[in-house]
Amino acid sequence: MSYARRAWIVLWKDALAERRSKEALNALFFFTLLLLFIFQFTLGGDRERLTDALPGLLWLGFVLSGLVGLGRAFLTERDHDCWEGLLLSPGDKSAIYLGKLAGNLLLMLLVEAIMLVLFGVFFNLDVGRHLPALAGVVVLGTVGFAAVGTLFAAMTAQVRARELLFPVLLLPVLVPVLLGSVKATEAVLAGEGLGGVTHWLKLLAAADAVYVAVGVLTFDAILEG
Amino acid sequence: MTRTLGWLVVLALVAGLVMGFLVAPRDAAQGNVQRIMYVHVPSVLVAYLAFAVVLLASIVYLTTRRESADRIGHASAEVGVLFTGITIASGAIWGKPTWGTWWTWDARLTSVAVLFVMYLGYLLVRGMVDDRERAARYSAVVGIVAALDVPLVHFSVYWWRTLHQPPTMLKPGPSAMPGVFVATLLVNLAALALVYVFLVTKRVALLRREEEALA
Amino acid sequence: MSRFDSMMADFAIQISALKKIYGGRPILSDVNLAIRPGEAVALLGANGAGKTTLLRILATLSRPSRGTAVVAGHDCVKHAERVRERVGFVAHGAWVYEDLTALENLKFWTTLSGRPMSAETLRVALTAVDLDRFAHARVRTFSVGMKRRLALARLTLSHPRVILLDEPFAGLDQQAGKWVDEYLAAFKAGGGTVLLTTHSFGRGLGVADRIVILAGGTVVLDTPAATLSPDDVRRLYEAHAEDEA
Repeated sequence: MSYARRAWIVLWKDALAERRSKEALNALFFFTLLLLFIFQFTLGGDRERLTDALPGLLWLGFVLSGLVGLGRAFLTERDHDCWEGLLLSPGDKSAIYLGKLAGNLLLMLLVEAIMLVLFGVFFNLDVGRHLPALAGVVVLGTVGFAAVGTLFAAMTAQVRARELLFPVLLLPVLVPVLLGSVKATEAVLAGEGLGGVTHWLKLLAAADAVYVAVGVLTFDAILEG
Repeated sequence: MTRTLGWLVVLALVAGLVMGFLVAPRDAAQGNVQRIMYVHVPSVLVAYLAFAVVLLASIVYLTTRRESADRIGHASAEVGVLFTGITIASGAIWGKPTWGTWWTWDARLTSVAVLFVMYLGYLLVRGMVDDRERAARYSAVVGIVAALDVPLVHFSVYWWRTLHQPPTMLKPGPSAMPGVFVATLLVNLAALALVYVFLVTKRVALLRREEEALA
Repeated sequence: MSRFDSMMADFAIQISALKKIYGGRPILSDVNLAIRPGEAVALLGANGAGKTTLLRILATLSRPSRGTAVVAGHDCVKHAERVRERVGFVAHGAWVYEDLTALENLKFWTTLSGRPMSAETLRVALTAVDLDRFAHARVRTFSVGMKRRLALARLTLSHPRVILLDEPFAGLDQQAGKWVDEYLAAFKAGGGTVLLTTHSFGRGLGVADRIVILAGGTVVLDTPAATLSPDDVRRLYEAHAEDEA
């Protein structure tokens, strides 16, 4: 199917470019490390307070690194008029959105996995014990984050004061995803499992579906630049 | 026509004030400060109305590219933000004597605050994108995302404040109220809705004149 | 309506009463131009005369404020996607991703357009622009001329009927410029239509059948190029385009 192949080639291009330059991954890895230090310095004194705050801190870390990663999502398109190239290529433009979304999602999940490992090492978080449920929640939350994030990143890529407008637009919209993800993560890390938070999971799934649908339907209006 | 509308608005506002301050009785528990509810509740409802109009106008604009749809969306978002601001301010004014603080993270205030910031973002996009047509398209997308997010924000914030209980109610509403309270609310709601229509009409006309001056 | 339709079929590009207002200023006020299939037209004009704006409207990158533009038989606004399938556009940016190789860039753009091609086909296209030796080199190492040639290779692979070029000779040395000239001549010989904008009076005019001068937002001169020398063109240009503020 041509649509799927077109989305795939966008993902392929971004993955290849990233693998060669390693710009985003390196920067994000160090950023993650830095965040952990900052969390420790600002909250680390009281061990118990830190443990209680861990689900929130984890998602705070995901959000901050996600903002950095997503903010760069369309950066390469600005060079050599590639943006116009994307627009002028015949075919449904939403395939480009899905390809970009997939790329951003993979990058964010990779960074989040690294952050989970670092949290495990530095804050004694037993990630392994709750891994399947935790992974499920992280994926659900990140999909929503990446879906709106990719759309808004495209929108702000060519606006002045992009670094300001992007988080200002994105964060309020993501409040439901943030709340749901933190609440579900709290339950998982407290050993309660996902049974008591199914309403949150349904909310996250609904949010994900809405955001991806809007992205697919409105991306070509954004691409027109 | 706007002249008649203008007079109607004044009339309705006067009626609302009269009902709110003179006709409706003083609340037994909260005293006179409760009267601000007659501004607070209708304001948030009108704000929701405004943002629903933004959603519709945004969809119409993206599908038809009619500039009139864009103007209506723009104007409605501005007035909606205004009413959201009034909601928050009146909520805070009510909150200080009642709860002792200007702000509290209760469900309704928090979700209205999120709403406020979302639509401020809409206006920010309009302000920061120079090309008029691009600004219209971008803000239409923001308008759609924000509107679809409203129920998600509503539920998530409400559940967040209701600890460890699966939610039962759709919305924390007032329990059965005596007729005169309801009547006062409705009169004020009608008045504020008319203010909304008046402001949007004026703003759309102003936007159109701005464009014509530039063309 | 049928006479109108048959008239439309005669032209590769047809622009009627085109107007474009940007930021409150009219960039194009009333442009009328018709170009037949197989013709090559050179569009001249001062900076800010609207050449690029006009080209971008024809490329469906921008919408006119008023008037119509029909390219390759389809309206640029109403059927933009169909225009995009049939038209090639080359501007300053070469549509290249610097971390990818020449071959990978071609693979990306052809697949994105819904026409994935084998590596052999892509290599043939690279050979035609004399970049075969650099197939596996990262585009970051390419010169401006090489990037422009890669863009032309990409263009060829999409088999356009009309190509629009915005200052295709800008930044190119003599050799590369000659190369572009030959490319355009070959394209024209194959029945394709060319519309290019240019600043230089020597290059680009070689392949042109007609010279069109844009000034004050409208076409002020539209004349066959056969009888004109570059000096003639310069004189005409200075006569007509001088009042551009």
